[in-house]
Amino acid sequence: MTTVETATGTAKTMVLNMGPQHPSTHGVLRILLELDGETVVKAVPDLGYLHTGIEKSCEDKTYSQVITLTDRIDYLSPLGNNLVYCLAVEKLLGLEAPKRAQYIRVLMVELQRISSHLVWLGTHALDLGAMTVFLYCFREREEILKIFEMFSGQRMMTSYIRIGGIALEPPAGWRQAVERFLKMMPSRIDEYETLLTENRIWMGRTKGVGCISAEDAVALSMTGPTLRAAGIPYDNRKLFPYSSYEEFEFNVPTRTDSDCFGRYMVRVAEMRESLKIIRQALDKISNEGPIRAEAPGIVPPPREKMKTEMEALIYHFKIFTEGFSPAPGEAFVTIESPRGELGCFVASDGSPKPLRVHFRAPSYINLQALPKLIEGQLISDVIACIGTIDIVLGEVDR
Amino acid sequence: MSENTNQSANVVVEHLRAWNPKAVAEVIQFRGETTIVVPRELLRGAAERCREDATLQFNLLTDATCVDRFPLEPRFEMNYHLVSIPRRDKIRLRVRLFGGDPVVDSLLPVWPGANWLEREVFDLFGIRFTGHTDLRRILLPDDWEGHPLRRDYPVEGFRDVPSTGALFRKSTP
Repeated sequence: MTTVETATGTAKTMVLNMGPQHPSTHGVLRILLELDGETVVKAVPDLGYLHTGIEKSCEDKTYSQVITLTDRIDYLSPLGNNLVYCLAVEKLLGLEAPKRAQYIRVLMVELQRISSHLVWLGTHALDLGAMTVFLYCFREREEILKIFEMFSGQRMMTSYIRIGGIALEPPAGWRQAVERFLKMMPSRIDEYETLLTENRIWMGRTKGVGCISAEDAVALSMTGPTLRAAGIPYDNRKLFPYSSYEEFEFNVPTRTDSDCFGRYMVRVAEMRESLKIIRQALDKISNEGPIRAEAPGIVPPPREKMKTEMEALIYHFKIFTEGFSPAPGEAFVTIESPRGELGCFVASDGSPKPLRVHFRAPSYINLQALPKLIEGQLISDVIACIGTIDIVLGEVDR
Repeated sequence: MSENTNQSANVVVEHLRAWNPKAVAEVIQFRGETTIVVPRELLRGAAERCREDATLQFNLLTDATCVDRFPLEPRFEMNYHLVSIPRRDKIRLRVRLFGGDPVVDSLLPVWPGANWLEREVFDLFGIRFTGHTDLRRILLPDDWEGHPLRRDYPVEGFRDVPSTGALFRKSTP
């Protein structure tokens, strides 16, 4: 507690414990707030409540087994986590997935980006008192989850992207399902914008709240929509393309206002860009073609081959019992997840289990800018700021 | 592609060597990624060069993480992943540390974003960063014993969990 000067004389500050069970933290995050009346003097985030030691667990699994753990890091974007891990292992092995698999990967992660932004928009609006948007967003997210279920059999923990390709051939009727979604979605985004963009209350709660300069944002290692709202068009899909993103045409939306409203506008524009990418992916994905790379001993053989060829059966057996051993070395791959730059660092010592798997979690690193965003602001703005950083506590604590 | 990465890596190596002939101990090329091994005492200086130099412009410290190669020595490798947004370039700086003296200069004065990255490494590996103003545990409770991501820390059975009693007892008293 410290003494502060106010208009009416000196006063004592108060320490308020926000969380760990506060609904607006979308998980379990505790923030110690030092308050002067309603103004935040100092904020200290306290995390680790969801720490499950995923990186340690990875060291005790074979390379293929780790994929199921990656689903659980950022549970709003499991496909993105699958992708970054598989890309890192593929880089370590010097392996490349076939083009068709790469396009299907792009399709899936872009659908994931929309679904993640929908959860963000819905819950963020709910935090700020707009309940209708929440219901609308979850209605559309359900459609995306149905598509995921079609492809992988799972709504959330998909484990669909595998080392060297993808798990399954796209199911019958997948094109129609994605087409239906593409037809429906643009008008639904308009609907959210009608409810929010020019809404007086929404503007009042978000405009000019939680500003950060571009220099500060880069210095604090912020990435993703938060950085793009500060005017820096840093997007891994454009700067360091992976999975054939260089063949897709899309824009990187940026804003210069760098407040909560700007971040909202960037994310809404990103959803529209993702729709464009999905449309192009739909045209690029052929009906036939390999979905997994030819890499005996690393990529499991097709079921039919396994039943008829002895070598295939041996490889199948070896992959699922002892795994495979990449050459000693390290690989670091970054992708653009809905929350920012998601990185995966994999180090191999030549054994079938990784020496080290590390995830560069964008929400963890973006969250460290929170005190900078909220100090000097009102306590109600804290909620808006936590919302627009878009944290997923599973990813923050890992 | 690999030619380009080699060229850009050469630029970084040349600039660091021009700043201090001892700054580059080793250059490792693997799968198109360049790692520059820097002597421990020159890390902060080299990082400052990378950030401030007008031709390098590594303005974003994207990640900092550690690898434990126990029982080899030097067992710890600190890896810093730098990105230059204006130049579209990436580089990895590496420092090797001995298990008996896992101390390295903090990069907090160079990039404020190093704060939580270094706290995480301190928490999980027990590496100490000199010059870090707020070096506390971040993911684990303050009273946790040991550093779980070290290779000599077992995945399970590190100690008894009091609430489960004899049911899950792994270690002998």
